[in-house]
Amino acid sequence: MLRGFFIILLFQLAGEVLQKFFSLVIPGPVIGLILLLFSLIYLKKIKSKKILNVKKDVMSTGNAITSYLSLLFVPIGVGVVMHISYLEQNLYQVLGVIVLGTVLTVGLTAKLMEFLNQMLQRKKK
Amino acid sequence: MTNVETLYRIWVYLQTEPLFWLTITIGAFLVGDYLYKKSNINPLVNPVAISILIVSGILLTFGIEYERYFNGAQFIHFLLGPATVALAIPIYNQIKLIQKEALSITITLITGSLFAIFITYYLAKSFGLDEKLILSMLPRSVTAPIAMGISELINGLPSLTAIITIATGIIGASLSTFVLDFMRVKDMTARGFAIGLTSHGIGTARAMSRNKTAGIFSALALALSGVAVSIIIPIIIKILS
Repeated sequence: MLRGFFIILLFQLAGEVLQKFFSLVIPGPVIGLILLLFSLIYLKKIKSKKILNVKKDVMSTGNAITSYLSLLFVPIGVGVVMHISYLEQNLYQVLGVIVLGTVLTVGLTAKLMEFLNQMLQRKKK
Repeated sequence: MTNVETLYRIWVYLQTEPLFWLTITIGAFLVGDYLYKKSNINPLVNPVAISILIVSGILLTFGIEYERYFNGAQFIHFLLGPATVALAIPIYNQIKLIQKEALSITITLITGSLFAIFITYYLAKSFGLDEKLILSMLPRSVTAPIAMGISELINGLPSLTAIITIATGIIGASLSTFVLDFMRVKDMTARGFAIGLTSHGIGTARAMSRNKTAGIFSALALALSGVAVSIIIPIIIKILS
């Protein structure tokens, strides 16, 4: 557990350092995600018992943290409610853009991907 | 009298302690989660939204500043970083399925990201919002730290972007299931990918708790669209100006 957490923190740290060093727009944790993903793919070929154990550790810790992902958004979410007055007289227009924009984007994106998946699968057959 | 004074002193002390705000935050979340399960997993009853309302209600009732609350709750907030890194694990576990759908993922990623940006611009413009606000809204479909970075880059207001982005996540997480059911999208990979692309982390957290495949594709879209939008927006701005 502790070893798994340590490794995840290490990847985040590496991500943050790379982000600062190259002043990237992509945040450190997302770079950490990409690094960890590639490391896991790379380590797939290596069958040493020690590495497999560490990998198992990282995976069980990671699964534990991500299962509470929703909770982690509460503190900044409270910030939105507390700072909503920043939007002043534009509040309803902004909410309108968010609701309409989100509904249209999620619907059309999902429809497009479903269509592409079906089309490409039919081609393969 | 002394009793009241002692109670008051304890209250003042508790407000400055992380223990108190951590307990309130986790307690509020458990209430939200309980109501969500009690409602037969109704997509409109969102545990994150409920717990946010409970905590904000407490802060507003007792006149407590957000900064004081956040100071205590930042231990929970901190875990967002490691949790984002850890999303590599479910993505890794589904790498075969992702490779199989690589082409639809790529096309959907580019089209969906472009659409999210343009529809935001179009709607904001037709609602008569001013330029600074529009710029701050453009990156709202990606995870908050990326959105804030883009906003800064294109002369928006990062703090405003943060509010709008997180509001997008909460609204998207609450409405997506409803919209996708209405549009009869059955493909779980497509549902998840669309949720992650539009409502980033909060949508992903939501998708993860409902369907494993959808959650994984949502996490994938969260990472990929973050990269895509941070490349697309500066290019569009450069072309237009």
